[in-house]
Amino acid sequence: MIKTILVAFALAASMSVHAAIETYQFDSPEQEARFRQLGYELRCPKCQNQAIGDSDAEISGDLRAEVYRMLKEGATDAEIKDFMVARYGRYVLYSPPLDKQTLVLWFSPVGLFVLGGILVVLRIRQSKKALEEGESQA
Amino acid sequence: MNRLMVWLPLGVFAILVGFFFKGLTLDPREQPSALIGQPVPAFELTDLNTGQLLSREMLPKEPFLLNVWASWCITCQVEHPYLTKLSEQMPVVGLNYKDTETAAKNWLQKLGDPYAMQIFDPSGRLGLDLGVAGAPETFLVDSSGVIHLRIQGEVNDRVFTQKIQPMLEMIQ
Repeated sequence: MIKTILVAFALAASMSVHAAIETYQFDSPEQEARFRQLGYELRCPKCQNQAIGDSDAEISGDLRAEVYRMLKEGATDAEIKDFMVARYGRYVLYSPPLDKQTLVLWFSPVGLFVLGGILVVLRIRQSKKALEEGESQA
Repeated sequence: MNRLMVWLPLGVFAILVGFFFKGLTLDPREQPSALIGQPVPAFELTDLNTGQLLSREMLPKEPFLLNVWASWCITCQVEHPYLTKLSEQMPVVGLNYKDTETAAKNWLQKLGDPYAMQIFDPSGRLGLDLGVAGAPETFLVDSSGVIHLRIQGEVNDRVFTQKIQPMLEMIQ
């Protein structure tokens, strides 16, 4: 008896949890995959660092609904991203496109790496020279 | 060469301090709006109070503030007295965002209605087109309907004198 009641409670609890989750019906598994991917690539404008697919903010829910609507209407991923950028700026893109403004952002890591490499090579040459000089003196 | 190397860490440190110092005064919640320099998006929505159909063409033909608010938004209540005061100086157009008609009307009845017109946007469609991330947000729009400034969060005396007023003088 107690077991039945417990099971009933457990079921009721799990049902209420399910009710809170948004349900979207997709035409194909590919469409669903694109929805998930876009939810992962678009950034919630209200949050500090969360994707819209990962955020409980009201605005993220609205943007997910918008992505879903556009997917259903047959929009391409690029069209959906352009739509979001036109409204929320490039902030919404987790992966900013390469152009004049983002040049430093994209290439500074490579630049720093090369600079570090040059410094290391210089340092090695220097110590090698010092070593050789030391040997020739001995 | 070696002398230079001694000073290098200090130089790097100074540059980092510079960046961090700048970072202290930046507000990460403040994002540039994608709509600066763009006209207010086209819309066809009703006026909350009169039920009249409103469109972009009916917006004031002088610089005005477009204030995005909702009855569920606490900060909107906080800024409301200040907006009421501002409305004596320039038109303030309301955009009632993702709200219900009854709640919004009750709110205006209780706190006063300084708005020149009240765009009722229960679905948040116009809000989305404006790039609104939450309420309150306030846009400064010029006489030809172009957006010049976005304020995220409360409008108060400090925000007005530091941000709105200088831009207002430029577009007038």
